[in-house]
Amino acid sequence: MVKADNNQIARSSPFKAWAINHIRTLIASLGAMTRQPASSFMTVAVIAIALALPAGLFVLLNNASNISIGWDNSAQISVFLKADTSEKQAQKLMGKLRLYDDVAQISLINKKQALKEFKKISGFGDAIEALGDNPLPHVLTIQPVIDANRPDKIHHLIKQLNQQKQVELAQLDLQWVKRLFAMLEIAQRAIWVVASLLGIAVLLVVGNTIRLDIQNRREEIEVTKLIGGTDAFIRRPFLYTGLWYGISGGISAWLLTALSISLLDNSVEHLASLYNSGFQLKGLSFSEGINLIGFSCFLGLSGSWIAVGRHLSEIEPS
Amino acid sequence: MIRFDNVCKRYPGGYEALNNVSFHLPRGEMAFLTGHSGAGKSTLLKLIALIERPSRGNLLLDGINLSSVGNSKVPYIRRNIGIVFQNHHLLYDRTVFDNVSLPLIIAGYQHKEIGKRVRAALDQVGLLKKEKSAPITLSGGEQQRVGIARAIVHKPGLLLADEPTGNLDPELSKEIMALFRRFNDVGVTVLIASHNLELIKQMGNPVISLNQGALSHNDLSVTSHG
Ligand SMILES: Nc1ncnc2c1ncn2[C@@H]1O[C@H](COP(=O)(O)OP(=O)(O)OP(=O)(O)O)[C@@H](O)[C@H]1O
Ligand SMILES: [Mg+2]
Repeated sequence: MVKADNNQIARSSPFKAWAINHIRTLIASLGAMTRQPASSFMTVAVIAIALALPAGLFVLLNNASNISIGWDNSAQISVFLKADTSEKQAQKLMGKLRLYDDVAQISLINKKQALKEFKKISGFGDAIEALGDNPLPHVLTIQPVIDANRPDKIHHLIKQLNQQKQVELAQLDLQWVKRLFAMLEIAQRAIWVVASLLGIAVLLVVGNTIRLDIQNRREEIEVTKLIGGTDAFIRRPFLYTGLWYGISGGISAWLLTALSISLLDNSVEHLASLYNSGFQLKGLSFSEGINLIGFSCFLGLSGSWIAVGRHLSEIEPS
Repeated sequence: MIRFDNVCKRYPGGYEALNNVSFHLPRGEMAFLTGHSGAGKSTLLKLIALIERPSRGNLLLDGINLSSVGNSKVPYIRRNIGIVFQNHHLLYDRTVFDNVSLPLIIAGYQHKEIGKRVRAALDQVGLLKKEKSAPITLSGGEQQRVGIARAIVHKPGLLLADEPTGNLDPELSKEIMALFRRFNDVGVTVLIASHNLELIKQMGNPVISLNQGALSHNDLSVTSHG
């Protein structure tokens, strides 16, 4: 139109105008949040708690896995030798296996000795006597070297043992270790379910906050549309508000988790010292914390995006 | 610049607010729109600003047929129009300065430039001292002038004003009209809806009148060529 050219001179280049608008809105939306400290604080607190809960559970689970890896040290492999193996052959096999890298300790349970013990413990002495032959085999017990990063090593060792000529059967004794791991896995899945549900809750909280925000600023939205604000321009402050909620909620969740861990840590340390263990609770690592904040930003942005998509188009000036 | 070709506007309730309106307002012209209350003046202005859409007929703005303008293009067309609204449409939680600067912010002007232009616009409506005030603390006439400053701050090519002097005393009304005239002198096309027949007569600009949604008087030609 007539004067349009005139305007171009003082106006910034399109990209610069775009960047200026973005930065301006980013700061303005933070300003708008701080102008309503009470309601902003509540929203951020809800996000923080909703995210700190699964994050805290995640930390505890991680620590539990670490302990159980420690317990793995007491895992034992029992190697049952064939019935016709002589004691001498058994000694020789033990000597050979002792040299394996993955074998930390090895000892032989002599079958005579084993029978004697069994008689004593079971009280079936006479009945066993009646059998004549000693039904028990020689047994080698092995403490494997545990490498927490390579759980498959143990299985490899068992396979190797089973391939020995004199070996009838080699097996890992500790079924309960497996059970524990299975339980930890279930717990992990449960945490993911909890985290997903709470993530949806965060989405809804942010969405609802933004929806109220949109309603409160109806007049402003109408006027902005009337004087030529694009939908993107109108959308922007709400999206940035959602992003700010996400960032501050994520940081607060991290702090909250760290705080809870440090509160627990004293009593855990005391407990561990009773067991002569130097065990210490580990909090979220730096990269886990950054992930938490990133996830929170994603939720904040998505929540506001949904609210904006649903409620902004309803507002048309008349 | 603005051409109405047999434009009809029927509101959802079924009320026919405009009926077969045809006129042509050339570029650089300044004209008045009169008519009784409810005649359809605001409706006519809203059609130009794409706040409402015609039910029938064609409306051309700067050679563009507005029926063919999609919703996503509407903002860019509005940016070249300055609109003074009958009911002000000010933001009451912001200062006068922030209200007036809104069109410049939308267009992405730089901070320094915004300050300069906003103060120039406020100066023209005599409100330079009120830039930090909240609109609610201003009189009706002052609020109206804030609306005028916002409509002219980005130097649009077309100025639409709906009862811009409704709340102003005769003295101030004249001043505002003179301001519009100055705008018109530098090439801005101006269309003003007003009840103030006496002032309109004094101004001596072309007049179009509406009666029950139909044109009853037209100083402008009906086609672009006549
Ligand atoms: N959104 C709407 N829905 C239904 N009817 C409407 C709507 N807007 C206006 N009208 C009707 O259209 C007619 C013309 O309204 P309009 O606002 O254009 O009149 P006007 O000439 O500006 O009057 P005034 O001088 O009082 O401002 C009126 O009868 C009004 O009731
Ligand atoms: Mg009106």
